[in-house]
Amino acid sequence: MPEQKFPDKLQELKSGAWPSFVKEIENAAQTSPMAKDLYGQLNQSYNEKIGHWKHGGIVGVLGYGGGVIGRYSDLPETWPNVSHFHTMRINQPAAWFYRAEDLRKVCDIWEKRGSGLTNMHGSTGDIILLGTTTPELEPIFNELTAIGFDLGGSGSCMRTPSCCVGPARCEWAMYDTLALTYDLTMTYQDELHRPAFPYKFKFKMAGCPNDCVASIARADMSIIGIWRDEIQIDQDAVREYAERGLNIQSVVVGRCPTRCMAWDSKELFIDNENCSRCMHCINVMHRALRPGNDRGATLLIGSKAPIMEGALLSSVLVPFLEIVPPYDDIKGLVNNIWELWAEEGKNRERVGEFIQRVGLANFLDAIGLEPEPEMIAFPRENPYVFYRTE
Amino acid sequence: MAAEPVKRVTDIGPPHYGKYLPPVVKANYGKWVDHEILEPGVMVHIAESGAKVYTVRAASPRLISVNKIRAYCDLADKYCEGFLRFTSRNNVEFLTAKAENVAPMKKDLEALGHPVGGMANSISNIVHTQGWVHCHSAATDASGIVKSVMDALHEEFTHMRMPGKLRIALACCLNMCGAVHCSDIAILGIHRKPPKVETERLPKICEIPTAVASCPTAAVRPANISGVNTVEVIEESCMYCANCFTVCPAMKLNDAENDGLSIWVGGKVSNARHEPMFSKLAIPYIPNNPPCWPEVVDAVVNIVKIWSKNAQPYERMGEWIERIGWPKFFKMAGIPFSREHIDDFKHAGLTYKRSTHIRF
Ligand code: SF4
Ligand code: SF4
Ligand code: SF4
Ligand code: SF4
Repeated sequence: MPEQKFPDKLQELKSGAWPSFVKEIENAAQTSPMAKDLYGQLNQSYNEKIGHWKHGGIVGVLGYGGGVIGRYSDLPETWPNVSHFHTMRINQPAAWFYRAEDLRKVCDIWEKRGSGLTNMHGSTGDIILLGTTTPELEPIFNELTAIGFDLGGSGSCMRTPSCCVGPARCEWAMYDTLALTYDLTMTYQDELHRPAFPYKFKFKMAGCPNDCVASIARADMSIIGIWRDEIQIDQDAVREYAERGLNIQSVVVGRCPTRCMAWDSKELFIDNENCSRCMHCINVMHRALRPGNDRGATLLIGSKAPIMEGALLSSVLVPFLEIVPPYDDIKGLVNNIWELWAEEGKNRERVGEFIQRVGLANFLDAIGLEPEPEMIAFPRENPYVFYRTE
Repeated sequence: MAAEPVKRVTDIGPPHYGKYLPPVVKANYGKWVDHEILEPGVMVHIAESGAKVYTVRAASPRLISVNKIRAYCDLADKYCEGFLRFTSRNNVEFLTAKAENVAPMKKDLEALGHPVGGMANSISNIVHTQGWVHCHSAATDASGIVKSVMDALHEEFTHMRMPGKLRIALACCLNMCGAVHCSDIAILGIHRKPPKVETERLPKICEIPTAVASCPTAAVRPANISGVNTVEVIEESCMYCANCFTVCPAMKLNDAENDGLSIWVGGKVSNARHEPMFSKLAIPYIPNNPPCWPEVVDAVVNIVKIWSKNAQPYERMGEWIERIGWPKFFKMAGIPFSREHIDDFKHAGLTYKRSTHIRF
């Protein structure tokens, strides 16, 4: 490490049972002066209890409006090797599957031209390559595209779509999350790479209501798999669960949110019309219960973190849609939404906030959807109705 | 010396996932019928054809060097025909059709320092953000707190003895890169002082109308200070959200003495049983105490403990608290209730208790 004015506090984070990020930085620092100065600057932050990064600047690669986050140290004299420390977002393959051979190539490029440090993965889903300089951006981009990788999104664009493992390994995938993710990513390359929206727009694809990618909390459009027909019951397998000691009455029936189940120690009964497709009983007794066969997804819209008008969860936009290529109905809807929001949304207004401002009913009118009771938790409680009398 | 010139291409998108699926996955894509968790961090999925794929899941610090990725790749070559994947919670997974590969793979991962676990009723990896490692907004670090909390809770990663799932997330500022607002336990970096306006520099680097419009509480307003057209902040209206700083670098909120963390509980994203819920404020402020943040670790461990001792099977944090009531939660957790716990933003009235359903 360079001459340090500060005691090395980071060392304390090397021991312990959990894998240590400090060891990772040290490992990269063996060959990368950038990683070495990152260690130094981070240690200074640990001593001073304050960060030392400047507000991002605009840097990027030719023809792209995003994918690179400019980052500069506010202590360039002390830590010259991180005076530039830009992040590159690389669009991950759907569901984060890799072939080692190709991942090694990414590593080689990043070792040669960057800090050698990464996040596998960032919050939106991209591979995050942490720390390089402006002159390296173009060469890295060219070398990455040569091995079949491209940048992800940043700024006011469609952000890199991501999805759960879906049909690749999960029996509950109600549609092909990987296929839809890949298709939307490819269809909207321009919207991904050239920010032209009021603010960011995220898609997340979850194969079932368990929502392993948190799409209902973190996606402007959440596409969550669901079925319409009856849960398939294998009564013998249900009895087996009971014989092996599962308390079906309390753990399954007793926890059903709509109280639509009954168990008489021999047969399990489900009132499917009242089942809210929550997945609980299926999660617990997966050998005995399976979702129905009339499968598709619910489209929900508008979730986001607090900035700036407060956090939102996504709410139902289309209660049920079959998800089949080429996905024209989803794309038609998305195009209508983007057109409206790009036109009328305010700067830095997420689509969820836009809907709050204009009202869901007006939003539906504008994108050409009929109001449906599945879209609301309950009807309005106030009588201040904007009646339309014609 | 110079490598042969590469032809510049754009908009090729990510590699198609099809070429990255392990052979057993590819052969049984969409045909899985069941699964079983065999031991912590190990599960098997069974396809219609009877084919099986074993998954071994290991912890990762998310911030990893290329050498660590190469070590993962070596394991993938050794046991998984050269394929691997990562999860939405930043764990690494190795998939193989060969049951006999599971035990040695587990051993190798543990030797590499990456505990195997994070499945079913365990505490999985903490989803987190960049912190002082890479972000200008950070009110705290991310990786160091995650490391400290997971050092304390790692046995809950490698065991499955919790009543239900427990998801912890950390964000180092209110931008919340990551779904911390819907986590069983959310650790959130916070500022507690209004932005320090660099009066002279501001008009040179920021657009005044943008800075003014950025503030959700209208605390930023145009001002002429000693002949300079700049902005001022009405401090009483400021709730330290840093929206202004996001659009204007001359309005820094970072403050070594006053920044710190807050703890939020009871959120979830899954639809299982209860509908998805936001996390709610449990502890308004804990000072930054690097490198190991012992107060944060204690607070999280305490909340995990009372939940795991008292929740019924499958009850998530928020479901448990809803059953016992918030007053009881505060009492059991030994957390003093304060004015900060009472909402005063939009729709705050909906959070007031509007009945006599009170437990004594
Ligand atoms: S969201 Fe549903 S389909 Fe997707 S991985 Fe999770 S449980 Fe499986
Ligand atoms: S899926 Fe949920 S609502 Fe439907 S029967 Fe099962 S537990 Fe009840
Ligand atoms: S949560 Fe805030 S400080 Fe942390 S990485 Fe995101 S924007 Fe930066
Ligand atoms: S920190 Fe937030 S509330 Fe305070 S002045 Fe800035 S934008 Fe307004």
